[in-house]
Amino acid sequence: MAHGKNSEEKIVYVGDSRVKKAKGFVVPPDYTAYPGKSEAFIPNFLLKEWMVGVVFLVGFLVLTIAEPAPLGFPANPSATIIPMPDWYFLFLYEYLKLPYASGDYVVLGVIGVTGVAFSALLLAPFLDTGKERRFYRRPITSSLMILSIMAIVYLTNGAWTHYTSEMEKSGQKPEHIQRHEEAEEKRAKGLPTSNAVVTKEVAIVEKEDVAMESYKLAGCITCHAADMKGAAGPSLRGIGDVHDKDAILTIIKEGYNGKMGPQYDNAIAAGLTDQDVDHLAEWLAKQKAE
Amino acid sequence: MFKNIYNWIDERLDVTPIWRDVADHEVPEHVNPAHHFSAFVYCFGGLTFFITVIQILSGMFLTMYYVPDIINAYNSVEYLQTQVAFGQIVRGMHHWGASLVIVMMFLHTMRVFFTGSYKAPREMNWVVGMLIFFVMLGLGLTGYLLPWDNKAYFATKVTMEIANSVPYLGPVLKELMQGGTIVGAQTLTRFFALHVFFLPAVLLTLLVGHFIMIRRQGISGPL
Repeated sequence: MAHGKNSEEKIVYVGDSRVKKAKGFVVPPDYTAYPGKSEAFIPNFLLKEWMVGVVFLVGFLVLTIAEPAPLGFPANPSATIIPMPDWYFLFLYEYLKLPYASGDYVVLGVIGVTGVAFSALLLAPFLDTGKERRFYRRPITSSLMILSIMAIVYLTNGAWTHYTSEMEKSGQKPEHIQRHEEAEEKRAKGLPTSNAVVTKEVAIVEKEDVAMESYKLAGCITCHAADMKGAAGPSLRGIGDVHDKDAILTIIKEGYNGKMGPQYDNAIAAGLTDQDVDHLAEWLAKQKAE
Repeated sequence: MFKNIYNWIDERLDVTPIWRDVADHEVPEHVNPAHHFSAFVYCFGGLTFFITVIQILSGMFLTMYYVPDIINAYNSVEYLQTQVAFGQIVRGMHHWGASLVIVMMFLHTMRVFFTGSYKAPREMNWVVGMLIFFVMLGLGLTGYLLPWDNKAYFATKVTMEIANSVPYLGPVLKELMQGGTIVGAQTLTRFFALHVFFLPAVLLTLLVGHFIMIRRQGISGPL
């Protein structure tokens, strides 16, 4: 170290750094300053704390075994579900439905009250600057907090009551319960219980048809790719489920929604006859998923 | 022998002062439930940390099976839940731990609040603690989407609507979180990244600050 403890120099640095040693920080009182019996953190207190931890852990593990984590059905944007956030967001969710926190007043709801409340909580030590620590000697601070907690309990209860009544009205069951019951039924019948999403690749129908050659020759492959899975343009596999032959012919001749220009002249220029194009459209209309 | 190994390391790295700073201190009577049972309220902070450790460990094991894409997310969670040995327990710990950590953190915050422990010189530690609270809520929000079931999907859609209603910044905020115009594949990978990398990094940094400040300032005195 560059400077020992008993350095005679006028400026004293911290360690071998260039930070000057200052005497700003006041060392907190030693625990012997507090009355009563203090105890070593390690190992005495930590072992006692660990015993509390073990009891907690046993209870926690019993909970995880008794109540498996819920899992519903795979996300499906067209499903009819009553949306529900996790329980600790319920008060915010319910609050933002109040008349003066939604609709025209949504700014007040999102930024106004919520913003002020959370900022006040964040900056509590700078708002409540008195020396007094006991809560009953700080009536304003304490009552604000108690009021907030009561509001949170009230709003959470409101959200939950609303949710359960909605579920009852629509005759729905929470999906994780539904899934569990269905799985039990399937298991009893010896069927597989999985709800896993299985994606099957759509195959090209009549791959050996001459239309496949026309498809390549006419230059369709530049956008729709040689395997018809699409590149700059969309996939044409299973296109027969979307458009029939006439519609496809119209698309080839007139283009598609401004995304694709007319392709008929290009096809003729590439050496296809009108009959070839007609056959190509017919073949494309046969491209169905099943 | 252990003494010799310790001495060998200590001679080279001088670890004794670090040990002294981290662990060698006394617990005063007024926070020790062995002396006053009502002092159990001082346990909530430690229990919050304990559950946080459980969350980190169980989360690490979950990522060994979880796949963050819209087809395999659900499939991998279902596989983990129904096929993997002890998978149901590990996922259960992570699921219930997420709720318990909020409960414990709330109780800890209330203890600090009603004992006025956030007062000078401990203001900064309160602010850091509140930031930890917000990060935890963020972890809960992002983690909720990851199983990619209907409940997760529709709750996240509502979250996005709420984000969208923030004045001026709303649409930008929504698109940033969503990674596009709909709740979809990008949203899932984004929430996964936030849940597994960004937020835990912030959380650990804040926790280190929280603990250093406790050691520097000591526990607040008796009322």
